[in-house]
Amino acid sequence: MLFSATSFYSLLLGFAFLIFIVILSQIPVKMIIKGLKPIIPIVIITTALNLFFITGETVLLKFWVITITLESVKFTVFIAVRIICLIAGTSLLTYTTSPITLTDAIERLFNPLKKIKVPVHELAMMMTIALRFIPTLIEETDKIMSAQKARGADLETGGIVQRSKAFIPILIPLFVSAFRRADDLALAMECRCYRGGEGRTRLKQLKTSTIDYIALALTILFLALVIIFNFYF
Amino acid sequence: MKGKNLMDKIIEVKNISFSYKNEDETGINQIEVLKNVSLDIYKGEFIAVLGHNGCGKSTLAKHFNSVLLPDSGEVFVNGINTKDENKLFDIRQSVGMVFQNPDNQIVATIVEEDVAFALENLGVEPAEIRRRVDDALKTVNMFDYKDHAPHRLSGGQKQRVAIAGVIAMRPQCIVLDEPTAMLDPKGRSEVLKTIKYLNKNFNITIILITHYMEEAAQADRVVVMEKGQIILNDAPEKVFSQVDKLKSIGLDVPQVTELCYGLNQLGYNISTEIISEDECVNALLSLINNKS
Amino acid sequence: MSIIKTENLTYVYGDGTPFKKTAVDNVSLEIQKGELVGIIGHTGSGKSTLIQHFNALLKPTSGKIFIDGEDVWAEKTKLRDIRFKVGLVFQYPEYQLFEETVYKDIAFGPKNMGLSDDEIKKRIFDISRLVGINSDLLQKSPFELSGGQKRRVAIAGVMAMEPEVLILDEPTAGLDPKGRDRILGIIKEYHKEKGNTVLLVSHSMEDIAKSVSKILVMNESKLFCYDDTVNVFKRSEEITKMGLSVPQITRVFNRLKQAGVSIDEDIYTVDYAKKTLLRILQKGEI
Repeated sequence: MLFSATSFYSLLLGFAFLIFIVILSQIPVKMIIKGLKPIIPIVIITTALNLFFITGETVLLKFWVITITLESVKFTVFIAVRIICLIAGTSLLTYTTSPITLTDAIERLFNPLKKIKVPVHELAMMMTIALRFIPTLIEETDKIMSAQKARGADLETGGIVQRSKAFIPILIPLFVSAFRRADDLALAMECRCYRGGEGRTRLKQLKTSTIDYIALALTILFLALVIIFNFYF
Repeated sequence: MKGKNLMDKIIEVKNISFSYKNEDETGINQIEVLKNVSLDIYKGEFIAVLGHNGCGKSTLAKHFNSVLLPDSGEVFVNGINTKDENKLFDIRQSVGMVFQNPDNQIVATIVEEDVAFALENLGVEPAEIRRRVDDALKTVNMFDYKDHAPHRLSGGQKQRVAIAGVIAMRPQCIVLDEPTAMLDPKGRSEVLKTIKYLNKNFNITIILITHYMEEAAQADRVVVMEKGQIILNDAPEKVFSQVDKLKSIGLDVPQVTELCYGLNQLGYNISTEIISEDECVNALLSLINNKS
Repeated sequence: MSIIKTENLTYVYGDGTPFKKTAVDNVSLEIQKGELVGIIGHTGSGKSTLIQHFNALLKPTSGKIFIDGEDVWAEKTKLRDIRFKVGLVFQYPEYQLFEETVYKDIAFGPKNMGLSDDEIKKRIFDISRLVGINSDLLQKSPFELSGGQKRRVAIAGVMAMEPEVLILDEPTAGLDPKGRDRILGIIKEYHKEKGNTVLLVSHSMEDIAKSVSKILVMNESKLFCYDDTVNVFKRSEEITKMGLSVPQITRVFNRLKQAGVSIDEDIYTVDYAKKTLLRILQKGEI
C-alpha cells in the first residue's frame, strides 16, 4: 500500500490507515516509537541526501554549492514519511503476529500453488526451522568467535581482503556445525513420524472468521482509495 | 525383573549384524558395527545400555524404531518386523527416541508447537492434539513454559520438552541416547527423575544409553556393549560387581561399588554387589561394628 | 607471586535493559603461579563469565583485573598479548577446528603469535606427543578423526601456544569414562611438565577431586570460597545445598560420620576412602 502511494495525499491516507490500525491493535505507541529508533540515522541520511541533491525549479535557498528547492523538500518529506510508515507497519506486524502463525498463514495463502507443483509445505517448514535455528546459530557464532579470538585470531584490523580471510576460521566451523545440526534434526524429525505435508493436521487451525473478512475489505478499500488519490491529486 | 511379566516382549532383537559402508578412494570400506547381536526387551522394563563411544550402542538403538535396518537378522517391535514398510509409522509411534543434543531435536519456535509436531505428522485431530500436548507437558513438568521459545530454556528443560514431544505420541517404549551427556548436574537429575516417573507411573519401557554409572545403577537391567557385541546383560548389582572386567574395557563403576569391591578383595566380608549409597552405608556400618 | 588477581571485579549484563543481571559480583581473588585450580559452580553461577575476564574477552563493568601483575584494561593495545598469556579452551572445543590438516589447526594459535616455522614445528611435535596424537595423524583432516581425538587436537591447539595460564571450560563434557580419564590425565601431565598455571572448570566434583590441589567455588555470581581441596570438602554440606553434587563417596562418609563413626578426614576419592576405612577396621582388630 505504501509503495503504491505515489502522491503526497495518498501517502497521507496511508499514514492515517496506519494510525488507525495502531489504535486497533492496542499496542502502546511507545513501543512502536522505540522500534523506530534504530532507523533514525537512515532517515536522517536519506533526508540530507535527498534535500541537497535533488534538483528542482523553485529555488528556496542557495548557499555555496548547496541548493534547496521546493521539489527536493517535498520529495524528502515524502520519502521520510514512507520509511517511517514502512518500519512502523512491519514492527506492528511482528508485535501482533508470532512468526509461526505467519508461516502458517503463508502456507495457507500459497496452498493453491500446490496444484502447479510448488512445494508450499516444504517451503513453510524450511521457514519455521530457519526461524527456530537463527538464535541458536547466532549464539554459536558468538562462541566460535570468542574461541578463535582466544587463539589469537585478529578480526578487527587489516584491509578488506585480510579481514575476510580472518573470517574463515569462523565460517568453516559454523558451516560444519550447521550441517551436523541439520543431520541430527532430520533424524529427530524422522523418528517423530515426519513424512511431509500429506495428511498433516495442525495444533492451531487458522480459521478465517468475519473479522478477517472485514479487515480484508477495509484493506482493499484503503488500497483503492490510495490509487484513486494518486490519480486525482 | 521385579515381578514384571517376562512373556510380554516389546522389542526382540534376533542375531542382527550391521555395517556402515564408507566409500573413498581406496574403494568401499565396510565397518562392522554390530556383530550377531540378540536382545529381548520386556514391557515396562528400565534398561540401561553402557559401553564406550563407538561400541555400537547408538547403532543398536537406531534399529529399535527402524531408522536403521539390519544387514542380517531381524528386529521385532510388538511382533512387527521393522523391515515391514507398511507398519513404519506404527513402529515409530510405539518406540520414541530422544537424542543427546537438546538443541538439535526441537523443530518449532514455540514449546507447545514442538510437542505437537509428531501428532501433527500422524494426522491427529486438533482437539485431541491440544489435549495430548497439555498432558505431555504436565507430565514432564513443563506446562508453565508452553508458550516459551525453546532457545531460552535450560538444557534440562529443553530435554524435557523433547521427552514431552515423544510421550505425546503415547509410545510404549522410549529410547534415550545419552540424553544427559550435555547437561549440568541439575539438568541431569531433572531428566532422570522424569524418565523414572514415566517408567513407574505409565509403565513405559525405558532404554537409556548413558555414560553415567549412577544413572545405570538405577535401572532394572544393565546391558554392556563392547566392539559391537553384548558382553554383559544382567541386573545392575551383578554387572557392576565385575569391576575388573568393566575397567578393562574403559568403563567405570559407581564409587560405592569400587570401594566395597576393593575391601572385599582385601578379604573383608562385604558384598561386591553394592550399587547404592544406602546399601554402602549399611554394609560399612555393620563391618565396622562387627570389628569393634 | 600471583599470576591472576582481581579486585572487586563486577560484571553486569544488559545494563539499562529489563534483562539486567549481575553475572559476577564483587569478586576479589588471587591465584598463584603454577597452581592447578578447579573451578566449580552450577550453570549461571558466574563461573563462565569470570573466566572470560581472565583472558580479556570481557571487560569488567567495575573493578580491576591483573594478569602477571599487569592491569589488563589499563592500555587497550595489549589485549592480544593478554590472550597469548592466558589460553582459553572453550566447551566442546572440537567445534572450532577448521583447517585442512591437524598440523595446520594446531599451528593456528602459535602462528598468530608470530612464532617462527621451526619453533611452531617443535611445539606441535612436543604437544601432540603430550596429548597422544600420533604423528601420522598430523597430515589428516581434523574432520576425519574420532570424537575423542578431535577434542585432544583442539586442546593441543591452545596448549601449543604455551600460555602461562591455561583455562579449560568443561574439557570432559560429553565424553565416555575412558575419554574423560584420558583428558584429565593429559591436563595433569601438561601441568607437571610445563609448570604453568592451569584452571579446570567442571560440573563434576569427582573429576575435580581427582585432579586439583585448590578449588574455587562460585555461587550466585559471588565467590563462595577459594581454598585447598581438603578445606573445600569440609564444607560439602553447604556445597550440596547450592545444587552442586559432591562425590558419592563423600556423601557416604558424611553419613558414616553422622552414624557415629569417628572419621576426622574429609573423604573425596575412593583410594583415600579405602585407606581410611582400613585404618579404622585394623584398629578394631587390635
